[in-house]
Amino acid sequence: MSTAAPPEVQQVAAEEQGGLGGFLRARFEALRSGDVGSLPVIIGIVAITVFFTVKANIFFTAVNFDNLIPQMAGVTTIAIGVVFVLLIGEIDLSIGFLSGVAGVVVAELQMPGSGHDLPGLIAIALAILAGMVIGGIQGSFVAFLGVPSFVVTLAGLLAWQGVIIKALGTQGVIGIQDKQINDVANYVLAKNVGWILAIVFVVGFAGAAVGGQIKRRRAGLRAGNPILMLIRVVFWCGLAFAVVAVCNHSRGVPFAGLLIVFLTVLGTYVATRTTFGRHVYAVGGNAEAARRAGINVKLIRILVFMISGAMAALGGIIFASRLNSVDLTAGGGTILLDAISAAVIGGTSLFGGRGFVKAALFGGLIIGMISNGVDLVGYSDSTKYITTAVILLSAVTLDTVLRRRQAAAGR
Amino acid sequence: MSDTPTLELRGISKHFGSVQALSEVDFFVHDGEVMALVGDNGAGKSTVIKCVAGIYTIDGGEVFFEGKPVTIHGPKDAGRLGIEVVYQDLALCDNLDVVQNMYLGREAHDVVYRLREPEMELKTQETLASLSVTTVRSIRQPVATLSGGQRQSVAVARAVMWNSRVVILDEPTAALGVAQTRQVLDLVKRLAEQGLAVVIVSHNLHDIFEVANRITVLRLGRDVGVYDRAKTTQQEIVSAITAGVPTKVAGVAEEVEA
Ligand SMILES: Nc1ncnc2c1ncn2[C@@H]1O[C@H](COP(=O)(O)OP(=O)(O)O)[C@@H](O)[C@H]1O
Ligand SMILES: [Mg+2]
Repeated sequence: MSTAAPPEVQQVAAEEQGGLGGFLRARFEALRSGDVGSLPVIIGIVAITVFFTVKANIFFTAVNFDNLIPQMAGVTTIAIGVVFVLLIGEIDLSIGFLSGVAGVVVAELQMPGSGHDLPGLIAIALAILAGMVIGGIQGSFVAFLGVPSFVVTLAGLLAWQGVIIKALGTQGVIGIQDKQINDVANYVLAKNVGWILAIVFVVGFAGAAVGGQIKRRRAGLRAGNPILMLIRVVFWCGLAFAVVAVCNHSRGVPFAGLLIVFLTVLGTYVATRTTFGRHVYAVGGNAEAARRAGINVKLIRILVFMISGAMAALGGIIFASRLNSVDLTAGGGTILLDAISAAVIGGTSLFGGRGFVKAALFGGLIIGMISNGVDLVGYSDSTKYITTAVILLSAVTLDTVLRRRQAAAGR
Repeated sequence: MSDTPTLELRGISKHFGSVQALSEVDFFVHDGEVMALVGDNGAGKSTVIKCVAGIYTIDGGEVFFEGKPVTIHGPKDAGRLGIEVVYQDLALCDNLDVVQNMYLGREAHDVVYRLREPEMELKTQETLASLSVTTVRSIRQPVATLSGGQRQSVAVARAVMWNSRVVILDEPTAALGVAQTRQVLDLVKRLAEQGLAVVIVSHNLHDIFEVANRITVLRLGRDVGVYDRAKTTQQEIVSAITAGVPTKVAGVAEEVEA
């Protein structure tokens, strides 16, 4: 299945392999030939939930879920950028410390008495802009000079860590008092606002799904089976309501949760419904073919690294907001590997051209659940590192093996 | 057939590092004509095509389109002139479906660059039907799932969808079976009948003698000569391919004896 197509098209493509009755058979055939879709993610989420619930009763509670959302928001945001970078078949290793740089920038800009105590939202915008510019510069080395992105961003990893240490100086920490910045990760929406957002999501989602089918039908094209579409709509809308219900059972929906869902929807839209998104998939699938088709491959590469930089910056702002400060550990630790793992675990191929933006959300959820669960059970950080490493390696191995299988099956 | 060639190259040169891939190559094709481009492996056929397509920039020489000098800086320029190429390696994105490949780089979109999927899908259906490509089960399946012949059909269909003036096919039948080769050859003839200028590269002289009006022979990056199909033989072409002498060298006759 071409992951570059919008859902109504993917549905038709799946059904055309053998009608409604053949739909499940087609899915099964696809599964056997290595197109596993979201199966690993679902299995992963269920397995992790069962495991940690057994180990720590508090894991499977509304309060913990409500805590989990701001915990996973930073990595998930960065992972959305990673998906775009992986889609063009590149890698960005600078995102960890780049997120730290953005944290430092936002903390520095809001600092009272520093002569530039800017309002929070402006500081946030400037920090994201900084990430975007840095990403653009790194991307230019890749696009114009052909330096492997692995090396460019590895240099970035080191350089931005140096910048963080230098910027924070001997004092080593900057506190954040600005309310707007601290609200990014800590604000909780009022309960009725949460319900209203769920309704907005449902109306928007169902509207888009039905609209997509009507458009196809009007054009005289085969539209997908309405029952399957209904199942899809009910599933996602049910999920939205369930999330709001669980959060409202505790304090309410965290703003950070709204933010990552919004970014996922926006990213998905850009990836599947705009010419830019189509060109991103094309560059990842066959860069030379894209070039011959007149696509400005260099520009696409630079723009994607700018997206990666901007998303890393926003992720860094979420981290800083959560801690109400930045210190010398900003951007370090497992952030880089967590973000890449999230994108890959969610089903984005490291080999370019295959993947979904929503992979970041589900991969981020899995990574977040592990981190959260390990803390609750009281395992040490060493356990967290080893677990994440094993899961990342499994995800990449799965991707590699399935890819070979898909190639063998002529997919 | 007018006297001004639709596409004409005069004295085209191209080198890669120390390799002189093309030296002073002349080439032309008229509307409604099938021009074959033949030569041994490494003669420079694909390089000529990529220069015309804007993939490579030429080192020297001139390109004329309908008699007017043009410079082709990139694939977009070639596309604007109505020059479409089916590359030897097809240049398809395996991860994209048939519709997405047909419109690659030229997607139908609205003012805010939103894709118009229904429009693209309909036009793809139409184009494939008009070329009697009936074996593709779903045009929404990734081209990676298609057979070699189907992929070839998609690449050809992509080239003829755009009201093109010049269609260039680089070894379009190399990967095809008998029936599919037949289809491509028929298509080539039909395109010329519709008034397009068609260039075909092939190693199969039998096929070439069936569809081409004229034959340009390349050897070691130089053009050896242009032959009228009606006035030449396969033998003559074979000897030109293997031992032809460039016409540009003073004192050498244009016709090469077998
Ligand atoms: N991108 C390239 N870089 C270096 N050399 C090339 C390149 N493309 C073609 N060549 C060389 O140019 C010559 C002509 O190649 P080509 O046009 O592919 O031949 P043909 O298509 O006639 O078989 C060969 O010697 C080939 O090695
Ligand atoms: Mg060739």
